[in-house]
Amino acid sequence: MSRQFNMRSLILSTGTTIILPLLLLFSLFLLLRGHDEPGGGFIGGLVAAAAIALKLFADDYPSAKSLLRVHPLQIVGVGLAIAALSSLPSLFVGDNFFTAQWWSLDIPIFGTLKLSTPLFFDIGVFLGVIGTVLTAIFTLVEVEH
Amino acid sequence: MDMSVLIALPVIIPLIFGALSLVVLNNHGAQRLLGMLGTTAVLAAAILLLWQTQIHGIKVLEVGSWPAPFGIVLVSDLLGAIMVLLAAITGFATAIYSLKTVRKRFERFGYYPLLHLLLAGVNGAFLTGDIFNLYVWFEVLLVASFALLIQGGERAQMEGAIKYVTLNLLSSAIFLTAIGLLYGMVGSLNMADIAVRLTAVEDPKMVTLVAMLFLIAFSIKAAAFPLFFWLPASYHTPQVAVSAIFAGLLTKVGVYALYRVFSLMFTGEVEFTHQILLWMAVFTMLTGVLGAASQYEVRRILSFHIVSQIGYMMLALALFTPLALIGGVFYIMHHIIVKANLFFVAGMMYRLGGSFELKELGGLYKKHPGLAVLFLIPAFSLAGVPPLSGFFAKFILIKAGVEAGAWWAVAVALFVGLFTLFSMIKIWNEAFWKKAPEPAIEIPAPVRNKALYWTTGILASMTIAIGLFAQPIYVLAEMAANQLLNPQLYIEAVLGGGQP
Repeated sequence: MSRQFNMRSLILSTGTTIILPLLLLFSLFLLLRGHDEPGGGFIGGLVAAAAIALKLFADDYPSAKSLLRVHPLQIVGVGLAIAALSSLPSLFVGDNFFTAQWWSLDIPIFGTLKLSTPLFFDIGVFLGVIGTVLTAIFTLVEVEH
Repeated sequence: MDMSVLIALPVIIPLIFGALSLVVLNNHGAQRLLGMLGTTAVLAAAILLLWQTQIHGIKVLEVGSWPAPFGIVLVSDLLGAIMVLLAAITGFATAIYSLKTVRKRFERFGYYPLLHLLLAGVNGAFLTGDIFNLYVWFEVLLVASFALLIQGGERAQMEGAIKYVTLNLLSSAIFLTAIGLLYGMVGSLNMADIAVRLTAVEDPKMVTLVAMLFLIAFSIKAAAFPLFFWLPASYHTPQVAVSAIFAGLLTKVGVYALYRVFSLMFTGEVEFTHQILLWMAVFTMLTGVLGAASQYEVRRILSFHIVSQIGYMMLALALFTPLALIGGVFYIMHHIIVKANLFFVAGMMYRLGGSFELKELGGLYKKHPGLAVLFLIPAFSLAGVPPLSGFFAKFILIKAGVEAGAWWAVAVALFVGLFTLFSMIKIWNEAFWKKAPEPAIEIPAPVRNKALYWTTGILASMTIAIGLFAQPIYVLAEMAANQLLNPQLYIEAVLGGGQP
């Protein structure tokens, strides 16, 4: 099942174990930064998908797949559902459909946490992009096998 | 929470259910359950929406509270609400029919999520009040339809899909170009706002030019003459449930878009634009029906008849009199139900008779009289035999043609009606009446399937109901046509504050 990639090297493989978590953290950073500054769910999702793809190149397909645990299309589904559902909270406070809602939570020591429906929409986009890119990559790899 | 959210429901419900059915991709039972629940919910929302729109007039929702003309608005006028209800009915029928006919393999490749996405795209196109947003919904439904069309991956499917994809992408490119030119001229994307600003444009020839671009783009999507050939090349290739929902809905989105822009926005040079529409309508009717005459495969015959029927709907728009538009709206209502149903019946003929080829079919009347009745109702309705729905649709339209003095168009419409009857009788004679030919291979004993009979039965009874209760349907169509002929109603609803 596992096909040996030509580029497989010890350096890449060892490096990946360090870079992979960093990339995933960076993708979350991009996601959360996105509301006021450059970043956001789309670019964050691309970085996260690139992290998984790196694992695929450094090791093999099964280990990259096991990182996800589910089929990437299911991640797309979760993302789309979160994005679609983020349109609904506005209805409960009497605003028009899809109107952005903002809540701020005061947390001691850390300060104010700003939550909003656009953030949840962005999380949906984030998951949607990860799932879509990985579906494409995994499908291509499966054709190879 | 006011009722304006109703307008968003036919779009957001299929999106949520589509996403959820992606999550449970490997659980076939859950997917089917979500398919039924989702389409039922959309049907309920569509009925409520039409009811509310009929009582309160045109309803507007400013999405995200961004005011028109800057934000995107969803608008439910009667034509839009009627189209949404028809889409919901077709979607619901397709969901029931899919329970027993869609193979597990296709379910694993995302049949149900795509079906939901298709419905969301279609409903979005019917409800949006923003021309660019209309383009986006067109793309949404096209992406879903591309994927549904090639599920199975057979050679004929790929061949059909290439023509389908190429021409539809071409049409999208023209559509987008036209939007760009229009935006450059008037600086707005909100359709009501565009309609207002177009009256102030100095060069009416430029407006007509852009109108022609829209006409080309939408008539490709509606499969009107001369760029219709992608339809008979592709619609018979996917599984029957997919063919049926395509046949019922997709070309009608193109027709709807024509009705929308040529009643709301481009009414400046009616003599010119609608004269072109008239000729296209006449040739669409003729080529469709003549193409069907030369075919001997049930689904291909039906596909060519979609083309010829599109001609009738365009004829109504071309005449552009109150009676003609009533006939047009009535025709769309009648046609979507009948056409989807005929494809469903064709699928049952295949299951029970073992083939789509008329040569290989036969004796179905003797073995399955119930199916024969279920075929005759939509088939005769399509041909316009009283007292079924198609008779009244054609009658109103032809009366409108006579009143407008469009003798040629009337003559062609009558001739095409006759030929449609000929085509339907051809299917009847070959598939149902003649003796069954010796089968080359033994057909396994077909399983009679209640769900399929229920689907076609419900749709057939709707066809009869539209014929028997033509008066209330006529009144509804009259109200819809009245809104189309008085675009200031639409403009005031969108730009005059928004909240109903």
